[in-house]
Amino acid sequence: MSIMWEIESLKKYFPVQKGFIDRLVSRKTDYVKAVDGVSFSIRRGEVFALAGESGCGKTTTGMLMVRLIEPTSGKMSFEGRDISMLKGEELRRLRRKIQIIFQDPYASLNPRMKIGKTVGHPLEIYGLAKGPEKEKKVLEVLNEVGLTPPEKFVDIYPHELSGGQRQRAAVARSIILRPEFIVADEPVSMIDVSIRTTIIDLMLNLREKLGLTYLFITHDLAIAKYISDRIAIMYLGKIVELGEKTELFSNPLHPYTIALLSAIPIPNPERKRKPMKLKGEVPSAIKVPAGCRFHPRCKYATEKCKREEPTLIDRDGHLVACHYEIDV
Amino acid sequence: MVLLEVEHLTIDYKTRKGIVRAVNDVSFSMEKGETLGLVGESGSGKSTLGLSLLRLIPFPGVITSGNIRLEEKDILSLRDKEMRSVRGSKVALVFQNPMTSLNPVKKIGEHFVEFLRTHKPHLSKKEALEHSKKILDELGIPDERINDYPHQFSGGMRQRIMIGLAITLNPSLVIADEPTTALDVIVQDKILDLLRDLSRTHNMGLILITHDLSIVLERCNKIFVMYAGHQVEYGKSKELYRNPKHPYTQGLLRSIPNIELADQRLSAIPGSPPDMLNVPTGCPFWPRCPDAMKICKIKVPPITSLGDGHVVKCFLYGGKEP
Repeated sequence: MSIMWEIESLKKYFPVQKGFIDRLVSRKTDYVKAVDGVSFSIRRGEVFALAGESGCGKTTTGMLMVRLIEPTSGKMSFEGRDISMLKGEELRRLRRKIQIIFQDPYASLNPRMKIGKTVGHPLEIYGLAKGPEKEKKVLEVLNEVGLTPPEKFVDIYPHELSGGQRQRAAVARSIILRPEFIVADEPVSMIDVSIRTTIIDLMLNLREKLGLTYLFITHDLAIAKYISDRIAIMYLGKIVELGEKTELFSNPLHPYTIALLSAIPIPNPERKRKPMKLKGEVPSAIKVPAGCRFHPRCKYATEKCKREEPTLIDRDGHLVACHYEIDV
Repeated sequence: MVLLEVEHLTIDYKTRKGIVRAVNDVSFSMEKGETLGLVGESGSGKSTLGLSLLRLIPFPGVITSGNIRLEEKDILSLRDKEMRSVRGSKVALVFQNPMTSLNPVKKIGEHFVEFLRTHKPHLSKKEALEHSKKILDELGIPDERINDYPHQFSGGMRQRIMIGLAITLNPSLVIADEPTTALDVIVQDKILDLLRDLSRTHNMGLILITHDLSIVLERCNKIFVMYAGHQVEYGKSKELYRNPKHPYTQGLLRSIPNIELADQRLSAIPGSPPDMLNVPTGCPFWPRCPDAMKICKIKVPPITSLGDGHVVKCFLYGGKEP
C-alpha cells in the first residue's frame, strides 16, 4: 500500500488567555500543548485510528489535517506534498479531496436547511453541478448512505430525522465530492448503541466502494479495534504507541496502553478482568512533565524517564515510545 | 431480605404534544446489598424509573399507577415532608454530570456539612466537618482538600465527591444514573470500583443506570433491560448473557464489541428506537423485531416467568393463547 499521509513533528500550541492583572505583571504567555510533536503515516485505503482520553490531542490532530486550524510547526504531506502552509485557491482545491465527519449530528447539520440542500451544498460551492444534475447526484448519494427512498429525505429538515439518520446525512455530505480521505471524529459516540454498528458498517462499505482512507478518531478502543487497521494511542499530545490492531491489543508494550486496555469493561459476566491501576490523573497540557510525560503515573519509571523524553521506536511496524521493555 | 419492590409502575409525562408513557407497567424487586443494572437506549425511560424511586420525577411527569416499597415502606403514600427525610438517608442519587451537580460557590466541606445538618440538625458544624473528613478518606481524597471549591477538582474527583455525598447518611439504596458517561475509561473503572467497594462495605443496594451493557454485564448481579418504557427482560447477569430470550436483548448483545474476541462480527438492530409520542401499538419493539408475529402488533405481551427470577415480556415465550 502506498503512503497517503506523512505527518512529521506536528505541533499545535494554543495560547492561554490571561486575566488583565496577569497580563500587566508578566509578559510570558502559557501554552496548552494540545499536539506536541506527533509523527505518523497513513497508508492509502486503510482505517487509521487515533485513540486516547479526552484532552490527549486526537481531535486537534484531525482538525490540523483538514486544515481547520493552523499548525504551530511541523510538516503534513498529503500525497507527497506539504499541505501545512497551503492558502487560498490551492487550499480550496485540496479540501475537495479531504473531508470531515463531526461527532454530533445534532449540531453539524444546519437546522434550517433541508437535507437535500445540505448534502448538495458542496457541489454548489465547487460549482460542480446545479439544477437537475445536482439533484440527481444528491439522490444517488442519499441512496448510497442508506437514506432510502432518497426522494423522501431530500425535502425534510434535520429535526425530522433520528440520530442515526442524521449521521448518515453527514456522511452523505462528506462523500458527495468523492474525496480520497475522510477524518471521522467520534462519529458514533452520540448514536444509540443498537444502531452504532450500522454507521460503522456503512463507513466500511463506502471505503470499499469509493476507495476511501479514514482517520478514525475515538476514545472508545473497542470500536477502534472493530473498525481500524492500525491504531495510534495518544497521551498528553504525543503518540505513545502505534501498531496493527491485533498486535497492539494482544501485545501492548507501553505501560499507558496496558493500563488503558485493561480498564475497558468486558461484556461477559463470567470473565474477571485484572486492571493495571494507574496513579493520579492526566496532568494539565500546560505543564507537561519533563522527560517521559507519563513518568509521574508509571510504576516502572526510573531516573532516566524523569530526564529524557523517549522517542517512538519502530519494532517491525509496532512503534512504542518507552525507555524500557516491559513484560507483564 | 427484600430491599425494594416495584409493582406495575406507570409514569406519564403530560406534554402539550401528547402523553409520553415513559415507564409502562414495570415490576421488579431487589434484595439488600444487590447490584442491579438498568440498561436501555436514550428515551427508554431508565432515568425516569430511577428518579421515581426518590419521587423526583420532573414536571410534567406523574406516576399514574403502581407501587414502590422501600424496606417495606410505601414510598408513594408518604407525605412530602416524610419523603424528604427518606431521600438521602434511605435512598440516594448520584447524578450523571458531576460538573453541574455541585454548587460552584460552595467549598466541598460545606456541601457535606449542609447535607448532614439538614438531616441531623443536632450535629454541630465541627462534628459535621469531622464526619465529612472520614468520608473523604473513604473516597481516597486527602482531607486538606475539604476547603477547595468544585472547580479545583477533576471530573473523576468530582464524581467521587458526588458519590461521597450520596453515601453520607448510609442509605440502603444508591441510584447512580450514568455515573461515568462523562468520564474517560481509566477514571470510569476507578469510579465503578469505588461504587462496588462502598456498596459492599456499607451493604448498600446499588442501581446502576447506563446505556453501556458491557459495564452492567461486568458489574451487576442482575440486569433489567428497558425499551420504550417497557421492561423487556430481567434476570441474573450470567443467565441473561448465556441465555438472552428477548429479541431486543439478543440484538443488543450482538451489537457490543468485546476487545477480547478476535475478528468479532457485530450486527445492529435494524431501524431505530421509536418516537415516544408515537409508540407502536402492541409490543413497542415489533417494527425492529426479526421474530415479530401478527399478535405482536396488536397486543402488549404479558410478562412471562422462565424460572429462577428470569422474566421476559415477549409472545415468543407465552401469552399467545387467551
